[in-house]
Amino acid sequence: MSDVLAAPGGVLYGTRFERNAATRESAWFKWVAITVALAFFALFLLLPLVTVFVEAFRKGIDTYLTALSEPEAWSAIRLTLLTAAIAVPANLIFGVAAAWCITKFEFPGKQLLITFIDLPFSVSPVIAGLIYVLLFGAQGWLGPWLAEHDIKIIFAVPGIVLATIFVTFPFIARELIPVMQAQGREEEEAAIVLGASGWQTFWHVTLPNIKWGLLYGVILCNARAMGEFGAVSVVSGHIRGQTNTMPLHVEILYNEYNFAAAFAVASLLALLALVTLAIKSWVERKAALRHIG
Amino acid sequence: MSSTLASALPVGARSGRQRRFSVIPGFGLTLGYTLLYLSLIVLIPLSAVFFKATELSWPEFWRAVSSPRVVASYQLSFGASLLAAGINAVFGLLLAWVLVRYSFPGKRIVDALIDLPFALPTAVAGIALTAIYARNGWLGQFIEGELGFRIAFAPPGVLIALIFIGVPFVVRTVQPVLEELDMELEEAAASLGARRWQTFRYVIAPVLLPALLTGFTLAFARAVGEYGSVIFIAGNIPMVSEITPLMIITRLEQFDYAGATAIAAVMLVISFVMLLVINGLQAWTAKRTGRTI
Amino acid sequence: MGIRVENIQKRFGDFVALDEVTLDFPSGELVALLGPSGCGKTTLLRIIAGLERADAGSVVLDGEDASGAHVRERQVGFVFQHYALFKHMTVFDNVAFGLRMKPRGERRSKEEIRHRVHELLKLVQLDWLAERFPSQLSGGQRQRIALARALAVEPRVLLLDEPFGALDAKVRKELRRWLRRLHDELHITSIFVTHDQEEALEVADRVVLMDRGRVEQVGSPEEVYRTPRTPFVYSFLGSVNQFHGRVEASRLVVGDEAVPHDGEEFEHGAEVHAFARPHELDIVAASAAEGIPARVIRVLTFGISARVELEGLNGAAGQHFEAELPRERVEQLGLVAGQAVKVVPSRLKLFERQVTGATL
Repeated sequence: MSDVLAAPGGVLYGTRFERNAATRESAWFKWVAITVALAFFALFLLLPLVTVFVEAFRKGIDTYLTALSEPEAWSAIRLTLLTAAIAVPANLIFGVAAAWCITKFEFPGKQLLITFIDLPFSVSPVIAGLIYVLLFGAQGWLGPWLAEHDIKIIFAVPGIVLATIFVTFPFIARELIPVMQAQGREEEEAAIVLGASGWQTFWHVTLPNIKWGLLYGVILCNARAMGEFGAVSVVSGHIRGQTNTMPLHVEILYNEYNFAAAFAVASLLALLALVTLAIKSWVERKAALRHIG
Repeated sequence: MSSTLASALPVGARSGRQRRFSVIPGFGLTLGYTLLYLSLIVLIPLSAVFFKATELSWPEFWRAVSSPRVVASYQLSFGASLLAAGINAVFGLLLAWVLVRYSFPGKRIVDALIDLPFALPTAVAGIALTAIYARNGWLGQFIEGELGFRIAFAPPGVLIALIFIGVPFVVRTVQPVLEELDMELEEAAASLGARRWQTFRYVIAPVLLPALLTGFTLAFARAVGEYGSVIFIAGNIPMVSEITPLMIITRLEQFDYAGATAIAAVMLVISFVMLLVINGLQAWTAKRTGRTI
Repeated sequence: MGIRVENIQKRFGDFVALDEVTLDFPSGELVALLGPSGCGKTTLLRIIAGLERADAGSVVLDGEDASGAHVRERQVGFVFQHYALFKHMTVFDNVAFGLRMKPRGERRSKEEIRHRVHELLKLVQLDWLAERFPSQLSGGQRQRIALARALAVEPRVLLLDEPFGALDAKVRKELRRWLRRLHDELHITSIFVTHDQEEALEVADRVVLMDRGRVEQVGSPEEVYRTPRTPFVYSFLGSVNQFHGRVEASRLVVGDEAVPHDGEEFEHGAEVHAFARPHELDIVAASAAEGIPARVIRVLTFGISARVELEGLNGAAGQHFEAELPRERVEQLGLVAGQAVKVVPSRLKLFERQVTGATL
């Protein structure tokens, strides 16, 4: 009788905040806030995303397919896949090892180690490329020695892979550390007490507990590895058909005013981003369910 | 049991370290590998910047980092980054609030797409933003064509790109704090007679503030180093719309390694300072919210 | 100030939290809402506070219908189970919060607020902690600060949600006594929610027993303990021994045996549940003429009285009994595990068989 707001039949509606008299705002405030927030969202996030696909198909599906079937486009795709195929597993092994020693043991300097692992996040990608040029470039520390032995790192595939590893370095460790921290050590200790070896413990006890965090880290790492531009741009040398990754190929096409082709390749990368986000929210929901049940 | 074992074994005495006894194996292996990989990929290459910079004499170094064109790039990079992070703090807070507090159609999709700037390669974002804001672009034809306000190929374009890449930082640092905020605190405030805005001002805001500052700083740090999404829309006009990372690339293309390194050293030092600030802010967040990191 | 709730109905989805609850809370009393978790007691408290809205029914505060009023306007003091102290504020600022939030016209001067806060901190005996932060306080101290904060706005009623729930046993006991004394001093109408019967019986003037969204019984602690109206109330307020039997005149037939009872209102031949507290159960030798056969399982003889655990035989086979006797009595009987005896209830409370709403 007094309650105007409760839905008939006591059906739950809205978020828990909207259902509570003490945490609810007036309806006009709610809708103004939602409108402003969504306008910002549409202008800065949605519009660029839509633009990529619209521009890609502006000149028709034929131009789109032609752009993607160029041999140079294919070699860029191959190089991008190869780079990710090396960088992601490398950082995966590192991430697991780092998370293991950080979360299962106490040792001095741990906080410093975590800070160092985060370091690549706060370094400009351009600098990430530069440091390898300084090490392996023609004028770099190891440059003369590498030239003598005819090993090419800068302006070649190894440089691209190294720069990619650097910029994606923290991704997996970063996701795993909090997950394994929350897990504690008891389950591993129980496994050891029951006679499991270290490897068995990891495989049968730790891994099932961290698999979602691991997957989460891997897909984010992969997205960045395939999409990295700045760092790779510095070490690549932009040799068409040889050291061009997909993002670099987009740049070249764009600078040649071949917009349709540039957006065609860009649309593949945008698609990758969407798939990444879809898997990410799927994993998040999965992991959230596990917390409840 | 394990504690008596630990005190019986002179582990600390032998190794001289404060490592606690643990039955879980793999400490030496994982820590060793972590340190090796960290050193090879991150620490040694990064230190190359500082060693290379020491090859310059002080006046040379000063000239390299304080030429008018470089100073103009600092002004643009830091000014635009600060402004972008500020705009993101306001709208990011609003987005986080709306996503946590209200239910509305399409909420899950909006929530998932917030991370688009993490997943979308920067070069793709760069060309898409340029296509939107160029004089003949989707929005550019109105803003520049009709109103005469230039966005693309001018400093405002840099700002737009930096806003784009900074969106998730604020939303994703504020959102969890908002979600875990104890509803009882707001109920307590209401039961003590506080109006809704008073509850926000005196109860919610103080708890959110550290997280908001963390998000702001993360967005700022990322924006300062950003390259891929900016260079397409910036136009890269000397003294007007060149960002600092581009100056490093320009020096490299002129084979002025020392000059590039000097600018990189300045940026790195700033990054490290930011990293310290972020760590401090996170500790503050933890204290305010009672969470552990 | 008196509180009345009328025909309160509340559902969460399919779950009925409160079912037609009508209650009166007389002015100046300290009332306990007692019941197992999920019985709706906290929901009722939150509805009275205005933190939750009932689907139907009304809340009357001091004679006026407050059902539509916002929590902010109801002038109720609410003490949360986990205190909900503002972590970023000092103890002083926490207590002063309500006073500072008042509209400018009604707000007192800084000096008056300071004076009032210190008065309250003295009342809860924590004046010396004014400049501390909540994280620097013990659980019991936090509880008292939360109470001071709620009292600061001079509420018409004080509502406490499981006020001692998060404290350890010793602090709990102290705070209980302290709350009772404080209430005797202030005489503010207070309702507190608890699932601990000892706490309710010890602290409250009046106890409301709730189960599955319904009020089972209301009365003074003495009343509800001595004359429980339902099997649920009986069993919730202490340990019980339960017998199933048939009334035959002044005797209850359990299996092949008959024992005396005091359920005069039951007709001859009625099937009943009969209850006796452990201290209402006497043990006699197996050779005695009257009693329900049982076997001793365990005798615990620490403390003043002894506790004997028994297992029913024959008609009561498989049932578990617990008796509390003076230690001398146990020694006199020479009870040992395995011994066959008979139990005789000195006082049997009878309930009709079909009224077994409660799970026993």
